[in-house]
Amino acid sequence: MSKPITELTSNRPVFEEHDPEEELTTLNLGPTHPATHGVFQNVLQIDGERIVSGVSTIGYIHRAFEKIAEHRPFYQITPLTDRLNYCSAPINNMGWHMTVEKLLEIEIPKRVQYMRVIVMELARIADHIICNGILGVDTGAFSGFLYLMQEREFIYEIFEEICGARLTTNIGRIGGFERDFNEVAFSKIEAFIKRFPPVLSEFQELFTRNRIFIERTSNVAAVIPEQALDYSWSGPILRATGVDYDVRVQSPYCSYEEFDFDVPVGTNGDVYDRFMVRNEEMWQSMRIIEQALQKIEKEPKGVFHADVPEFYLPPKEQVYTNMEALIYHFKIVMGEWETPKSEVYHAVEGANGELGFYLIHDGGRTPYRLHFRRPSFINYQMFAPMSSGMLISDAIINMSSLNVIAGELDA
Amino acid sequence: MDKLDNQQLLAQLQQHFAEGIIRYEEPYGLLTIHTKKELILDILRFLKDTAGFIYLTDITAVHYPERENTFEIVYHVHNLVENVRIRIKVSIPVNEPTIPSATAVWAGANWMERETYDFFGVEFEGHPDLRRILNMDELDVFPMRREYPLEDPNRVDKRDFYFGR
Repeated sequence: MSKPITELTSNRPVFEEHDPEEELTTLNLGPTHPATHGVFQNVLQIDGERIVSGVSTIGYIHRAFEKIAEHRPFYQITPLTDRLNYCSAPINNMGWHMTVEKLLEIEIPKRVQYMRVIVMELARIADHIICNGILGVDTGAFSGFLYLMQEREFIYEIFEEICGARLTTNIGRIGGFERDFNEVAFSKIEAFIKRFPPVLSEFQELFTRNRIFIERTSNVAAVIPEQALDYSWSGPILRATGVDYDVRVQSPYCSYEEFDFDVPVGTNGDVYDRFMVRNEEMWQSMRIIEQALQKIEKEPKGVFHADVPEFYLPPKEQVYTNMEALIYHFKIVMGEWETPKSEVYHAVEGANGELGFYLIHDGGRTPYRLHFRRPSFINYQMFAPMSSGMLISDAIINMSSLNVIAGELDA
Repeated sequence: MDKLDNQQLLAQLQQHFAEGIIRYEEPYGLLTIHTKKELILDILRFLKDTAGFIYLTDITAVHYPERENTFEIVYHVHNLVENVRIRIKVSIPVNEPTIPSATAVWAGANWMERETYDFFGVEFEGHPDLRRILNMDELDVFPMRREYPLEDPNRVDKRDFYFGR
């Protein structure tokens, strides 16, 4: 249906019903927009460059992990947790192992705990490298990202040496690790400790006092602590508002209480503070790794798992030669193990915040119910409300500093 | 001041909501109380305003098809200052799966309840925007309910050779 052509009175368009200056534009930011760093959509109503309102649509990579987990024995759920926050998969793996160990009341040797701490802190550094590097890219400074990205490669090489995988690591087992860290792994960790600080310092020098970066990020998306707590924020973005909630300090797991480290907090809760908090957390992670290496030296060598034959898979060569090992292997793989009927909530400090596992077990082969408390999912729900009134370019760096990982968002 | 422990907390709750606390247990040191759905908002408000449980950690649901009250809504709430967590459970029947929304207490409950609605079909009364969140809007089932099984891995029509592999 087209309108009848009327006589032209002017060569300029005439708008009778809609004044374009007052009309809002609908902008689909995502689902596959390079600035969203993941598959999620925001339908924004914009007035010029200013966002009036927005609606977040998520679920583009929903894979029903909670449903799948109800059909899998415990050790087969570890690969699912890899794919939650795939930038720091080892933290998810360890969180899941610790949840099951809490349920089964397995005592983990100190050396294994320190090994876990090393792996988790390396993963945290890798995650923060991504977030802060990308934040630089989104604000228009590409070079810092390249310096840091190279360091992530070295972290992945350490993971590769420890477990064979790089991104979705599936690292460790219920009860410990699948094998001991070898000499190469230790030397790579030590090499990383030496080479990373100068690079991180250089990265910080590029940004911290950079006037363009400060003007671009300071006072952008500032959140007051009351609001952040109201929205159940956790992790670096909550600490940037000034709340010193860190699961590693509040409810220590894996012997974190023995380590000497600081919890950095911000004051304004804006993008700049989140950037600074993440940078400082990388320094603190380095401190923790150094201490963990010293502590491992004092522990008996060669211990890499707890002595729980009914839950920890025996070495493969023994399965072929030893009757007892074969029986344990069979029972574990078939899920025929004695487990308590109970429920347990265990939280670890993931790279984005409190990563919780709520496990209800009825004594069967598989969990009765497993729920992931995913920090990205809960942190992200404030994005659309807080975007209204913001410029699009500010909303982009706000999203970048929230560090929403699509896998963790959708589960 | 003494550190708040589970016994004190339970005593406080029982004092305020005498018959409202149906039963309680402490699996792995986490106080778990069972209550009625009429009282849930009052208990959450009491915990937030009086007892210092300012942080809502999580809301989720569990489906027990063999029970009379099929759904169990589970709240995890955290007192950040005293570092005490509490778990609150409410059982509701499947033919009337409604419960007052906690969005009146915490804004952050919004998506947690949407997720619970999406997967279990629990209606949160007073929720500002109760839509599906992870699944597509056209879905007419609630997939985390127990009656919906995962796809059978032994399906014969999905053998690889049908797809030229």
